Amino acid sequence: MHERNEPQELHGLMAEFDNGAQLVKAAEQSYARGYRHQDAYSPYPIHALSDALGQAESKVPFLMLCGGIVGALTGFFLQYITAVHSYPLNIGGRPLNSWPSFIPVTFEMTILFAGITGVLSMILLNGLPRPYHPAFNVERFSGASIDRFFLCIEATDPKFDRQETEAFLRSLEPSEVSEVEN
Amino acid sequence: MATTEPTQGGNSLSVPVVGPGHDNVTVTDQISGVVFGKTPLWWFVALAISAGVLMMMLYAIVFLLFTGTGVWGLNIPVAWGFAIINFVWWIGIGHAGTLISAILLLLNQNWRTSINRFAEAMTLFAVACAGIFPILHTGRPWLAVYWLLPYPNTMGLWPQFRSPLIWDVFAVSTYLTISLLFWYVGLIPDLATMRDRAKTYAGQKIYGLFSLGWRGSAKHWHNYESLYLLLAGISTPLVLSVHTVVSFDFSVGQLPGWHATIFPPYFVAGAIYAGFAMVLLLAIPLRKIFHLEDFITIKHLENMGIVTLATGMMVAYGYMVELFMAFYSGNQYEEFMMLNRITGPYQMQWWSLLLCNALAPQVLWVKRIRTSPAALFVVAIIVSIGMWLERFIIVVTSLHRDFLPSSWGMYAGTKWDWALYIGTMGLFLTLFFLFIRFVPMISIFEMRTIVPDSRKGEV
Repeated sequence: MHERNEPQELHGLMAEFDNGAQLVKAAEQSYARGYRHQDAYSPYPIHALSDALGQAESKVPFLMLCGGIVGALTGFFLQYITAVHSYPLNIGGRPLNSWPSFIPVTFEMTILFAGITGVLSMILLNGLPRPYHPAFNVERFSGASIDRFFLCIEATDPKFDRQETEAFLRSLEPSEVSEVEN
Repeated sequence: MATTEPTQGGNSLSVPVVGPGHDNVTVTDQISGVVFGKTPLWWFVALAISAGVLMMMLYAIVFLLFTGTGVWGLNIPVAWGFAIINFVWWIGIGHAGTLISAILLLLNQNWRTSINRFAEAMTLFAVACAGIFPILHTGRPWLAVYWLLPYPNTMGLWPQFRSPLIWDVFAVSTYLTISLLFWYVGLIPDLATMRDRAKTYAGQKIYGLFSLGWRGSAKHWHNYESLYLLLAGISTPLVLSVHTVVSFDFSVGQLPGWHATIFPPYFVAGAIYAGFAMVLLLAIPLRKIFHLEDFITIKHLENMGIVTLATGMMVAYGYMVELFMAFYSGNQYEEFMMLNRITGPYQMQWWSLLLCNALAPQVLWVKRIRTSPAALFVVAIIVSIGMWLERFIIVVTSLHRDFLPSSWGMYAGTKWDWALYIGTMGLFLTLFFLFIRFVPMISIFEMRTIVPDSRKGEV
């Protein structure tokens, strides 16, 4: 390990755990200690982790709802405007605004817009695409996508202190504590 | 009917859906190993053959475009022929992938985990094959954009939104888009695993690019899980709507044999039926060749057999309702249509479809057959043929003898029809072989949530 103390050089300190239960326990303890700028990494989703880290509700569902409403309105008015104003056709004497026939396309557009909005919001809210992240500088971090579990307390945290935080992380009995360089 | 019990917290297991002795590392190694291992010789041979069949498709398309739709067997009165039969056949096959990935997720059936990825890929490729037919059926595909999609043009023309044919355009293109997004979102964490395990520079860069820098952080997973569940939620009504709209293409028409209210549920059941048959056709050889028996267990095959049987019974019910309604309607054209199916020139096809779709799957009541890969494979082939015949009967028998005997005619596909149909199978298999070579064909991160040692991670 390098001996460097300037906070600009250091992204944070990262503790490695063997399983999810340890990680959740560690996250709970570090949240209780008052650390807020922290993130946990796991190879599969662990529901208890969001609560342990005090994460807010995901905004994805709300954004998807908005996308769906915009899609429904777009779908319906696309048909209404074209069928009533731009290109009125008499089909078997039906009214120009024969809205029951417009339901299928309105429905499909709702789903289409909601789906695209949802995927884009997940990617953007997660700060992706982001090919580079300091966490990747830790050599053992590649295990985070296989079977290793990490808790990273970031240097931007007001309570972060190089020595004290490291001592705290070590008290959680991780298999390893590493510095994360920026 | 479902054999797995509801799970607690999504992770406890009541059935062995993964072989014993597996943990996070072994599932990762084995599934990614299929991609990182040496390319087997058979893969090149298989790809060469399917690419050859794909060439035949391209040749059939080029010949069609240079000569005209006259090379097909279509004419009045049967103007729908192979193009629509094959379109409905392929799009129906796709439905099982969405059923597995979305509906079974919502129903907490965690055995879906090891089959959802390639079933979703199957959906994408099947929809791609399906899309070729209606576009070519327009006759001049380069003009299809303004026939199919609403866009402001100098002629001031807009599509006629009271027709199910335009609903179909929206339904199928939405279905393709959402299936692609669902598949890709499911892949992101696995692509990150591939990025971290790739040995070559190109592998790291390419998987890295497509994984978007996924780090598996708690924040990522939080938004991810919420999205994944919602995508499943919106895909469920979507998949039901797609084949419903396809059935509207027929049932909104006035032809005897088409104008029936049973069509939407009967089409959706038939789609899932054909789709599960195709999933079985793909899963049985894959698990054997890549030694994935621990992940795609006999239990999976049996469950798929049960779904096939159940949807097969629904389809058989549909046939009975059609038969009953034809005579109960008291309409002479409906009665004639049914008698014509049973005793007319296409009676062979009609009886074979009953044999394939209603009778053959009954063997799945026997547990020994449901749990035998070879027997399931044979049943799946029979069902796939049967479902193609079903669409043939629906399209052709209603059109070829409608109200006026003076306008009756006969229909048969030409060699170009067959070349295009078989050619799309080449397209499907080519895409599928590329998929299993470059992408993990089983969702690795979801497998991690069901292997025993991950349960320690749940608090």
